[in-house]
Amino acid sequence: MNLSKATIEKLAEYLENCELNAEDTPKITDEHPDMDFEDAYAIQDAIRARKIARGHRIVGLKAGLTSHAKMKQMGVTEPVFGFMADYYSVPEGGEVKVSELIHPKVEPEIAFVTKAPLKGPGCHIGAVLAATDFLMPGIEVIDSRYRDFKFDLKSVVADNTSAARFVIGGKPARPADVDLRTVGVVLEKNGEPVALGAGAAVLGHPAAAIAMLANMLGRRGQEIPAGTLILSGGVTEAVAVAAGDEVTLRVQGMGSTALRFV
Amino acid sequence: MKQTQIDQLGDELYQALVKREVLEPLTNRVDDITIEDAYQIQQRMLSRRIEAGETVIGKKIGVTSKAVQNMLGVHQPDFGWLTDGMVYNEGESIPIDTLIQPKAEGEIAFVLKHDIQGPGVTAADVLRATEGVMACFEIVDSRIRDWKIKIQDTVADNASCGVFVLGSALVDPREVDLVTCGMVLEKNGEVAVTGAGAATLSSPVNAVVWLINMLGSLGIGLKAGEVVLSGALGAMVPVAAGDSLRVTIGGVGGCSVRFV
Repeated sequence: MNLSKATIEKLAEYLENCELNAEDTPKITDEHPDMDFEDAYAIQDAIRARKIARGHRIVGLKAGLTSHAKMKQMGVTEPVFGFMADYYSVPEGGEVKVSELIHPKVEPEIAFVTKAPLKGPGCHIGAVLAATDFLMPGIEVIDSRYRDFKFDLKSVVADNTSAARFVIGGKPARPADVDLRTVGVVLEKNGEPVALGAGAAVLGHPAAAIAMLANMLGRRGQEIPAGTLILSGGVTEAVAVAAGDEVTLRVQGMGSTALRFV
Repeated sequence: MKQTQIDQLGDELYQALVKREVLEPLTNRVDDITIEDAYQIQQRMLSRRIEAGETVIGKKIGVTSKAVQNMLGVHQPDFGWLTDGMVYNEGESIPIDTLIQPKAEGEIAFVLKHDIQGPGVTAADVLRATEGVMACFEIVDSRIRDWKIKIQDTVADNASCGVFVLGSALVDPREVDLVTCGMVLEKNGEVAVTGAGAATLSSPVNAVVWLINMLGSLGIGLKAGEVVLSGALGAMVPVAAGDSLRVTIGGVGGCSVRFV
């Protein structure tokens, strides 16, 4: 930790206000070049505490930067993690107001819902599958608060990994019934496939992202409680959206889920 | 184009194929080759292979993804011919020196159980006429220098087909969602590319429908037992001697290939 508690609180307030007012900002490491990952997660935790203090609930967790290609590009070996507040949740087929966001993009993901606690270190794919109640298609709407998406990894972590909105829906699938490596995802914008891939694009297996999350939390003495919703990370690159766009995600064996931008 | 010129270019492509040599892009050498001309050149190249003893065993569909269509500036796929000289079975090794500048694509192969002829064929007809689908590799290769192809170059060059490898499972298409099935292509143990069925004209079935109707308009039908490669489910991966590749398609199966 290189930043003072006061600085962390100040940056959390600043970044959260950027989110709430849909205003962008230069990346915060410009003014705080000595900020480290612990500081970044401390800022994210302070943003979470601010939301809880205002009466919001935390309804899920998320992994970001989960493709090997992206990690290589950013020079890291682990994904990053964030949380989802209750008001991020969009009902199946529901609307997202673009006026509340800066420059939203959508990512197709596999959502995990757990039925048993997951605690690292030592958490692995098998433990994740054993603790998974069901899987569903999930569309994550990301909205980096950083101007023109110019950021570094620490700034992204502090910004709650660009989390903004999400929808889950479709047909829940039991983990034993799905091959998560070869499960195909097709993201359609206004009826046309715009991004597609298979589960293996996420760290070779989407459950690996959940295991890494449990291990990261374990190092901090925390666990993932039973009943947690976790978005396991984008299977494809993020796709930009605008008002009027309708986005549907189809996942093999799991039906589809959709949302609209107004 | 004059028939003599068509024949000459078809012969040059055949010689390039046999000698593993590359040609300058035909579109640089001859002005205004039409796509129809290109298919006639393709026919000439094929007829030379048949004269040399090869037998047609199926078709391949190419240019099925939006990205490749945009790159080549076209709005429809193309097709080429599969011969018995191009097929490998799972587990067999491909000598790299039989190819020029190969790249691998993960695809779904359809195997027909009935004769089927367009035009007027629907997705339902294709599913009814399909014995099964298989995971396969198409090893594309170009007889044009550095893959500097326009649509006419690739059509003339048998849709840039090299060889293909069929997996060992045949799955009833009624059992699989061919739109959402995922494709994972690993090279030397690392995930190189992923994709899904929707990459080919929104569904691999659509690609086969297109092929049958397109050939039907020329009076050509497909026969029971023919293999149809329905188009790449993700980006192409370059390959070299020593590479080992595996493609796995959700609900369809897998296929492995090694290059020596």
